[in-house]
Amino acid sequence: MIKTVSPHGKSGSRIQRRLAFLRVTLAGGLAAIAAACSAPPGVKDGVILAADPAPRLSDYGFFKDAAAREAEAGVVAYDLVNPLFSDHAAKHRLVYVPKGKAAAYNADSVFDFPVGSVLIKTFAFAPDMRKPAEGERYIETRLLIHKEEGWAAYPYVWNAEQTEAIYAPVGKRETIKTIAPDGEALSIDYAVPNRNQCKLCHSKGGELIPIGPSARSLNHAGPTGANQLADWTERGILTGAPQDAPAAPAAYGDAAIELRARAWLDINCAHCHRAGGGASNSGLFLAWNESNPTGWGVHKRPTAAGRGSGDNLFVIEPGKPDESILVHRLQAVEPSVLMPELGRTTVDHQGLELIRQWIAGMPASAP
Amino acid sequence: MRVLIATVSALALAAACGPTEPAKAAAIAPGAEAYAQLQARLQDAKPGDVIEMDAGIFNFTEGLSLDVDNVTLRGAGIGKTIISFKEQKGAGEGLLVTSDGVTLTGFTMQDTKGDGIKSKDADNITYKDLKVEWTGGPLATNGAYGVYPVESENVLIDGVTVSGASDAGIYVGQSQNIIVRNSRAEYNVAGIEIENSMNADVHDNIATHNAGGILVFDLPDLPVKGGHSTRVFNNQIVDNDTQNFAPEGNIVASVPTGTGVLLMANRNVHVFGNTFSGNKTAHVMIVSYSNEINDAAYNPLPRDFVIRDNTYGEGGNDPQGRLAPLAPLIGGKLPPIVWDGVTSYGGKTEDVRIVVREKEDVGFISLGLGTTPPDLTKAQPSMTRLPDAVIEEPKAVVLPQDKPAA
Repeated sequence: MIKTVSPHGKSGSRIQRRLAFLRVTLAGGLAAIAAACSAPPGVKDGVILAADPAPRLSDYGFFKDAAAREAEAGVVAYDLVNPLFSDHAAKHRLVYVPKGKAAAYNADSVFDFPVGSVLIKTFAFAPDMRKPAEGERYIETRLLIHKEEGWAAYPYVWNAEQTEAIYAPVGKRETIKTIAPDGEALSIDYAVPNRNQCKLCHSKGGELIPIGPSARSLNHAGPTGANQLADWTERGILTGAPQDAPAAPAAYGDAAIELRARAWLDINCAHCHRAGGGASNSGLFLAWNESNPTGWGVHKRPTAAGRGSGDNLFVIEPGKPDESILVHRLQAVEPSVLMPELGRTTVDHQGLELIRQWIAGMPASAP
Repeated sequence: MRVLIATVSALALAAACGPTEPAKAAAIAPGAEAYAQLQARLQDAKPGDVIEMDAGIFNFTEGLSLDVDNVTLRGAGIGKTIISFKEQKGAGEGLLVTSDGVTLTGFTMQDTKGDGIKSKDADNITYKDLKVEWTGGPLATNGAYGVYPVESENVLIDGVTVSGASDAGIYVGQSQNIIVRNSRAEYNVAGIEIENSMNADVHDNIATHNAGGILVFDLPDLPVKGGHSTRVFNNQIVDNDTQNFAPEGNIVASVPTGTGVLLMANRNVHVFGNTFSGNKTAHVMIVSYSNEINDAAYNPLPRDFVIRDNTYGEGGNDPQGRLAPLAPLIGGKLPPIVWDGVTSYGGKTEDVRIVVREKEDVGFISLGLGTTPPDLTKAQPSMTRLPDAVIEEPKAVVLPQDKPAA
């Protein structure tokens, strides 16, 4: 096998780089040709299940157009009731399940997607996020592919012309100027995560897993207007969904504030802050169904917070948001103080306000 | 193009058919591309790979991460290969390891915004000949931990220097089978800390100019607790005199400046053969966990401890922190060995067996606080040692990655 990493500027490296380029180009090309011969046009199952990621997003055939605005048949748009905050990025989610197969329903966790399934998520910004459809530009598209040996995460970064996204395993920083939905002018030092960083959030017990598509997060009317569980069942990509599937409360809906705050924490924090997650050693477990108040932060002392504590004693001091580490870390933008550690460089004012109100309303005598 | 492809094919064939010795990848050199090259190499590594870094200064703005088993990351040596995170933008640490059998060796890491090197659920890891430092000296704005293995089995830390951590320089948490040796911790809040862990040998280290030299803690509300079986021996624990600079709220913020060894809760801890001097609060302090406890599975008492055969120099002459108000009651000085005298919690009393087996002239005090959370106004100080007892010492820790050369 030819090593693709080589010292830059030394003799021989150019040939190695060309070799690497040819290898991926040929591999991608051959796979594309092979797939194109068996299943024209449309999603290329062979590319999806290849050992290595395709060099370009278009190689997979998820979209009819180079700008990836129009999905092929079998590639279904969906959304989550409470999205993870990612510096105000718009997110466009699609799911692909191979023809003739279906995901199996679970009440409490992400559905069991069959091998060959892909979750596609594109992060985008408009110049003014109060009008997100106007002049929207794609930044990155992340693929979670269920391979034979488990899930794999592949980041793709869009080119300036918006005609192609290129595999970017080590991530990227990009400055994005936009106006937030609340009117605040932002210059975001946006981070496309590297492949390992994908796994930091998408991990349970060392295995890479999807986070989003669970009954609780999908059980509402999605982008097509239909209830997503019913729609997926109708399309044949989901089996076993009951009529009375659970649904998470919308964080900014009209459920009780505790339910909304816990739902918000579940999406924004619990991918790491749960048993088996990246922050398991903190003992702070923020999943919606954590039943121990100390576990979800009430009068819980910090473990490895360092200056993330902000000189506060507890994760949550009931009745006192300004003395709660949780609030301190959500309103911080400094690396090593801010939470979540990845995917946020600006403050989610709406989410912060929700958590502040929730803590402010807790009786000071809470356990 | 056709010519190129032909050439390429020929080269590929040559490579495929030539000697089977794999081509050795070149060391990563400093420069604008170094981060992307190194992170790509870490991500694409195969088990058994050795990734080398040249001498020089690497200025990285993003954290590194490794998730492939049995990989070695090797620099040209401490002070030669320097990875600086002074301009770090992202990630909670400089390097995160989440795979097993990894060896990190031969480099200096500077000025991470958060922790220096963290390894989580990373068994059989070796930290060998490394330096992690915050170059601005001891500041509350420094990262928390220098080297930070957690939730791991078989941890070896050997020849590692950490300076400036705002929590613990060398910290091992929620792990089992641990050796920390031949290392140096200075100008940290805590020099070396073993927390909520089982079977640790901490020996032949130097802990100096920290607020507290070596800590062995067991804390509530963590997934792994009930720490036990730690031996702290043959260390130089001297001149721990840096004012505690930990951010408030962190447990180490309560470590009195000038503590040699601080043992909190835990079971079966043996402290022997160490040299103490210049620790102005106390050389050895043994305390219960003193905050309120909501964790029914947690025991806040230190129990089955043996303190023996250590060498004690000057110290205890200017007690700091929570003990400062007590000092005047007993002549303004604390003896080398201080125990809070807590034997009960939540209505339960235990025979805690705190054994001091030192020469007669080595002073000891129990503060006689009785129960936790303690009430300092109820102190009943006593200089009488508890009765001797047979407490079996844990066997020496043996690690699979630490087999002596044949």
